[in-house]
Amino acid sequence: MKNNNYAQGGVPAAASAEDGGRSNRIKFQKKHFERRHIVELFIKTIMRIALLIVAGALGLILWTIISRGLPSLSWEMVSQVPKGGYYMGKGGGILNAIIGSAYLATGGTFLAMLLSVPIALYLKAYLGKSRWGEYVRLSLDVLWGIPSIVYGAFGFALMILLGMRASLLAGIIVLALVELPIMTRAMDEVIRRMPADLEHAALALGSTKFEVALNVVTRQMLPGIITAILLAFGRGIGDAASVLFTAGYTDRITTSLMNPTASLPLAVFFQLGSPYPEVRERGYAAALILTIIVLLVSFGSRWLSARLNRYTIK
Amino acid sequence: MSEIELTQIKTEGRLSRPSTPSRARTNRAAQRTFFIITLVPVVLIIIVATALVVRAYPILNSYSFSELLFGDIWRPNDGQFGFLPFILGTLWVTTVGVLLAVPPCLLVSVYLAEYAHNRLRTIAKPILDVLAAIPPVVYGVWGLLSIVPFVDDVLAPLSERWLGSIPFLAVTQPTGFGILAGGIVLAVMIAPLIISVIFEVLSTVPNDLRHAALAVGATQWQTIRTIVLPQVLPGIVAAIVLGASRALGETIAVLMVVGNVPQIPTSVFDTAYPLPALIANNYGEMMSIPLYDAALLGAALVLLVVILIFNILSTLVLQRFLRRS
Repeated sequence: MKNNNYAQGGVPAAASAEDGGRSNRIKFQKKHFERRHIVELFIKTIMRIALLIVAGALGLILWTIISRGLPSLSWEMVSQVPKGGYYMGKGGGILNAIIGSAYLATGGTFLAMLLSVPIALYLKAYLGKSRWGEYVRLSLDVLWGIPSIVYGAFGFALMILLGMRASLLAGIIVLALVELPIMTRAMDEVIRRMPADLEHAALALGSTKFEVALNVVTRQMLPGIITAILLAFGRGIGDAASVLFTAGYTDRITTSLMNPTASLPLAVFFQLGSPYPEVRERGYAAALILTIIVLLVSFGSRWLSARLNRYTIK
Repeated sequence: MSEIELTQIKTEGRLSRPSTPSRARTNRAAQRTFFIITLVPVVLIIIVATALVVRAYPILNSYSFSELLFGDIWRPNDGQFGFLPFILGTLWVTTVGVLLAVPPCLLVSVYLAEYAHNRLRTIAKPILDVLAAIPPVVYGVWGLLSIVPFVDDVLAPLSERWLGSIPFLAVTQPTGFGILAGGIVLAVMIAPLIISVIFEVLSTVPNDLRHAALAVGATQWQTIRTIVLPQVLPGIVAAIVLGASRALGETIAVLMVVGNVPQIPTSVFDTAYPLPALIANNYGEMMSIPLYDAALLGAALVLLVVILIFNILSTLVLQRFLRRS
């Protein structure tokens, strides 16, 4: 029996045993208790089924992607750029998209980091639970909710205004906007959980708030900060809608910030739109590559944060 | 800087006075810089909205709101820009997705918050994290490979046999692509968000309340139903609205399974063409037809306005809840 099911006590059974279970009152009680225990059991069962459905969905997704992607996955796919006619079933791979996605997500994450680290530290060190702090958090949450297609459209509007063409730089900027709220809110959540004593001790020694932020908060909260950055990186590498307008697509590996670049989600998307079965099969393989990268980032951040956690003051 | 200070402490035995003003100056400078950076998220919302309004202005100027929002004909070449099929398509897919997601999400989050062992929680959280980390396009691939055939082979025949007379469940087309497939994919996509937010909300209920109910002899489910859930009902609604706003804007995954035919849907088996898919599908040709780009950015504006309303309301409610803990 589970330790926290303290409500499922043996009260009715004990009471009826003492009285011999004869009186009507006890009988009524017993019936009543049994009914609600049946309800309890029923509810718990459907809750477990719901949990299985959610976990099953994950299993199903992974199984589908692996079983359909694996047969077409080859070294050629991850080590070569598309040859002429790749999208009509000829040879080559999607190295351009893998590298392009790495550029986009790295650039976007770096740009978002430049903003989100100061914001998170400012929220902690200077604002705390003040009204302005709540406004900033509200606006970050609202930004988080804005879909990436709207950021994409915004980026596109901005590009027309500035006379820019689709390029790696535009993709990086829009991706940074998508990642900014994710990263900042994740950092804010962990930084907020820092023990207040630590901050007070540093302040009592005469540190300024800036020194507390720079020397105490960042060190103590390093695991959380890195997890937040990797979380945003993972989100950035998988985002298709925002780079659709802004980063463009190309079959070559981008060498300049001003040139368009391919990205992995769009490579998947375009290959699936192909009328050629073998190209679609490679689209599944590309989806598998993307999934593997994202899962590696996700597990990597968990591992790293657990590892770094050993060096913080508990 | 800290090294210099340390030596000063060593030599003089106290914090040296001359260094303090410069540290204070650094502090003030940092405060000012940080403050300006903190303005970015606040200002960004306004900038995004303004840019979309400016770029959508030509179409807002040449058509009335009712023509745009309630017009049901979309022929950009003839200058007809009726958003109604897309708005209804968005609503249908979102509604189906949220309806499918809410019951299991509610059950799972209550189970995790109230019943589950800590060990189960530590297993469940990574599962949800992975679900949340999977990119939309992968969800789309999964939808294409599993859900569309599932709808076509299993759900459509079942519905045709048993439920065909119910208005919204008539089977209308034979491919499996459509609102139901989009809704199922969306439901799985927004599940981790809804579950984790409801879980957070549930954990703000003080344990004393639970203990009091259990002490007078309530079962655990009775405690949850009569004490815990009524306490957090607004928070749960806010979590669902948050999930709905995420579903409204989801683009690529839905686009891949929903069929993309601009018609007004009448059944969950109909194809639909949600607003985000409209924007994503037509970015290529939108500069070649007059007013087309303004219309598409107008669609983005409609989406933004609806999502902002949903988002701000649910976030305000949730912030009030989560501040309690």
